[in-house]
Amino acid sequence: MPAAPTPGSRLRLTALLAPPLLWLTLAYLGSLAVLLLSAFWATDSFTSDVVRTWNTDNFHELLTTPVYRTIALRTLSIAAAVTVVDALLALPMAFFMARVAGRGWRRPLLVAVLTPLWAGYLVKAYAWRVMLGENGVVGAALAPFGLHGPGYGTTAVVIVLAYLWLPYMILPVYAALERLPERMLEASADLGAGTWRTLRSVVLPAVRPAVLAGSVFTFSLSLGDYLTVQIVGGKTQLLGNVIASQVTLDLPMAAALSAVPVVLIVCYLAAVRRAGALDSL
Amino acid sequence: MRKRKMSAWRSAAAICALLLTAAGCGSGNDDDKGGHAPDKLGKGEGKVNIIAWAGYAEDGSNDPKVDWVHPFEKKTGCQVNTKTAGTSDEMVSLMKTGQYDTVSASGDATLRLIASGDAAPVNTKLVPNYRDIFPALKQQPFNSKDGRMYGIPHGRGANLLMYRTDKVTSAPDSWRAVFDDAARYDGHVTAYDSPIYIADAALYLMQAKPSLGIKNPYALDQKQLDAAVALLKKQHKAVGEYWSDYQKEITAFKGGDSVIGTTWQVIANLTKAEKAPVKAVLPKEGATGWSDTWMVSAKAEHPNCAYKWLDWIVSPKVNAQVAEYFGEAPSNRKACAETSAPDHCAIFHADDEKYFQRVHFWTTPIKQCLDGRKDADCTDYAQWTRAWTEVKG
Amino acid sequence: MRISRTARVALCCVTAAGLAIVYVPLLLVLLNSVNTDRSFGWPPSGFTGRWWRAALHSEGARQALLTSLKAGLAATAIALVLGTLAAYAVHRHRFFGRRTVSFLLVLPIALPGIVSGIALNAAFRTVLDPIGIGFGLFTVVVGHATFCVVIVFNNVGARLRRIAPSLAEASADLGARPWQTFRYVTFPAMRSALFAGGLLAFALSFDEIVVTTFTAGPGTRTLPIWIYENLARPHQAPVVNVVAALLILASVIPVYIAQRLSSDTAGGRL
Repeated sequence: MPAAPTPGSRLRLTALLAPPLLWLTLAYLGSLAVLLLSAFWATDSFTSDVVRTWNTDNFHELLTTPVYRTIALRTLSIAAAVTVVDALLALPMAFFMARVAGRGWRRPLLVAVLTPLWAGYLVKAYAWRVMLGENGVVGAALAPFGLHGPGYGTTAVVIVLAYLWLPYMILPVYAALERLPERMLEASADLGAGTWRTLRSVVLPAVRPAVLAGSVFTFSLSLGDYLTVQIVGGKTQLLGNVIASQVTLDLPMAAALSAVPVVLIVCYLAAVRRAGALDSL
Repeated sequence: MRKRKMSAWRSAAAICALLLTAAGCGSGNDDDKGGHAPDKLGKGEGKVNIIAWAGYAEDGSNDPKVDWVHPFEKKTGCQVNTKTAGTSDEMVSLMKTGQYDTVSASGDATLRLIASGDAAPVNTKLVPNYRDIFPALKQQPFNSKDGRMYGIPHGRGANLLMYRTDKVTSAPDSWRAVFDDAARYDGHVTAYDSPIYIADAALYLMQAKPSLGIKNPYALDQKQLDAAVALLKKQHKAVGEYWSDYQKEITAFKGGDSVIGTTWQVIANLTKAEKAPVKAVLPKEGATGWSDTWMVSAKAEHPNCAYKWLDWIVSPKVNAQVAEYFGEAPSNRKACAETSAPDHCAIFHADDEKYFQRVHFWTTPIKQCLDGRKDADCTDYAQWTRAWTEVKG
Repeated sequence: MRISRTARVALCCVTAAGLAIVYVPLLLVLLNSVNTDRSFGWPPSGFTGRWWRAALHSEGARQALLTSLKAGLAATAIALVLGTLAAYAVHRHRFFGRRTVSFLLVLPIALPGIVSGIALNAAFRTVLDPIGIGFGLFTVVVGHATFCVVIVFNNVGARLRRIAPSLAEASADLGARPWQTFRYVTFPAMRSALFAGGLLAFALSFDEIVVTTFTAGPGTRTLPIWIYENLARPHQAPVVNVVAALLILASVIPVYIAQRLSSDTAGGRL
């Protein structure tokens, strides 16, 4: 357990905390503050120069234009869908890897899950573009069953994002499952619990923070993505695209739009922090 | 706990104030907008920072055979740093950083750069090769102001209508195919992903709905813009995807995800080279198009090298090389004799002014109507951008 | 816990299917790197070694790789220092706002890259530019380090939770100075966690594109930026594919080493 504060330890604490917090505040929070402040500025519509007159027009427009609401909701549901898909895939996979597969298999399996992280985000997205196309691999594989590929669109975006972030979900869940002491499972069995009961009452509570931790990645990375959408989204546009399209033209508006994912994610983080997810990241 | 939080907030506020002051200081120059064109050139500064479209400033690093940067560096001693921009908007924002000396801006960016004072007028006397530029490209509304050139024309092309001959059986000769008739190719229509694409709809409406009174696709009053947006929203239902880069467009047409939509000549050529059954036409209404201009930054730190680059990039041989690599019509009439494919200029209609008379080059829409109307307010690019977000929904 | 045979088989099948889906696109990349078709058409129209030859001679790719390595190493180094310090503060001390620290650290990675990117861009422009520091490798490193800190923090933190503080206390009781304790007791116990964290941080930096786009200056081209630019360029897509294929093949090595070195922590933690 952490030591109680003494004068010496307080000095050490300051020395430990100062560099990372200074960095974070100066480089990051300061930047965010600059950005969010500029949301209250205006843009000369012709020259795209920022005009530093304080106003709330951007937020007014953001809240009153229906299309922004539609886009925000669409983005939110895609991020949620990606998170659910990843959790549903990661739980059985991580369980198998951590508790079922033989000891000798665990490491190779983990390597197999981690390797794609190095393969390059854009390249993977483009590979999926080829797979999901009209004459792509997916279509060809489904054709014998009389099915049709999803084509480019929101479904494709969910598939590809879930694919891209899957390792980020598997890793924490795997770590949590591996840490689970065998004794606990045995105790549960000794108390007469069946497999399902043990799963529900012992395993699930133990992996819940890990799933939430993974969801921080799947949810927030999906919420801000705009490149994958460009590649496989067909005509779909998400918050990230709208921000990206405004950035160069109207930075104050882009800043106001950025406030939406920032607020959503800060709320989300605050919620999962209560569940202890940030400790099991 | 509460107290600590308060102090954290206070220090955050202090930092914000500090940053704000810094921001305020940075913007204090209200000197003559646009800067001046030099009267004569000095020695090169040994360096030039360029913003270019992909393929405009090749240094052989992508293909050893495609290199006109190293010969330039060798000849002038100016080291070239290139930043490739993906869109016109990106070019504008990069130019605003003041870190770049020159940019290959398209017509939907040039006016904005001139108005904001980010681009300086160019003394064409200091660019000897300017002489040989096609006259039709000089003193255009998108590259000059008050009779002064704000750059050196680089090359041009039209936004054509491309279709797959196996899926679109009756050869279209009108933009009607992607607007009023778009539903026929439900889910397989494609369009350029930029607010400037609104002009394509306006161009079609010029003839399809003369009652709207559109004279110039870049000069739309609110009512005309609304009509164009309504048309685009209808088209949206049939759109499979919007494209913004070559690769996307080529794979989409090759795979059959897109069967009809706008394209550039070079994309049509590449797609054909991939053995996809496609054809590109200039519809009877004419088309929108782009004409790129090399502009010099008003804050250029290396103006001498920038001018040397301007002259180099439109010199006959280099202009021909770029035009062939990128796939466009060169701006220097002597370039046509230098292309490795003897029919390059014919294919891209380089000297075919009749052809380009039907092309309405991208121009930034501004409040003041570009068609000369005095009694109406036109919609500006910011409104177009918002409208484009609406269209995509 | 008893897991029935059927359940085992079912789990095995799900995992196998999951891994298969993970690898199909990667195999496609490998396949397309020898596909004669320039635009990755399916099925391949033929096979060729042309793209591999072109890629191996691509100066642009080599330069970009070098830039990415530099940026990744520098960002990782900064992240290692800052992340370890923060982890020690949070896991070995009790103070107000302890949990806020981990909350703040996770923000840069949780907020969308485009938000972080334009925020950093705006700040650099208003603060660094006036004092003569332009955009370049330096600004990229600052951006990357910011979101890499949390990775190291998590890895080191997880390890610290397992090492009993009594170990360090014992060392102190035996007369070791804090530095000596760190050098001979804590650091050896931390080494593999640092390595795993550093490796993941490096991987993250190596593949980052959005923040990089907004923080890179003229001529600063990391590998993902190079890939992005070249995917949009005529004639270049197949060469990009080869570079990606090479990355996939090469990636097995660092991941495997990481797994070996951190056998007890389930490898890298996010």
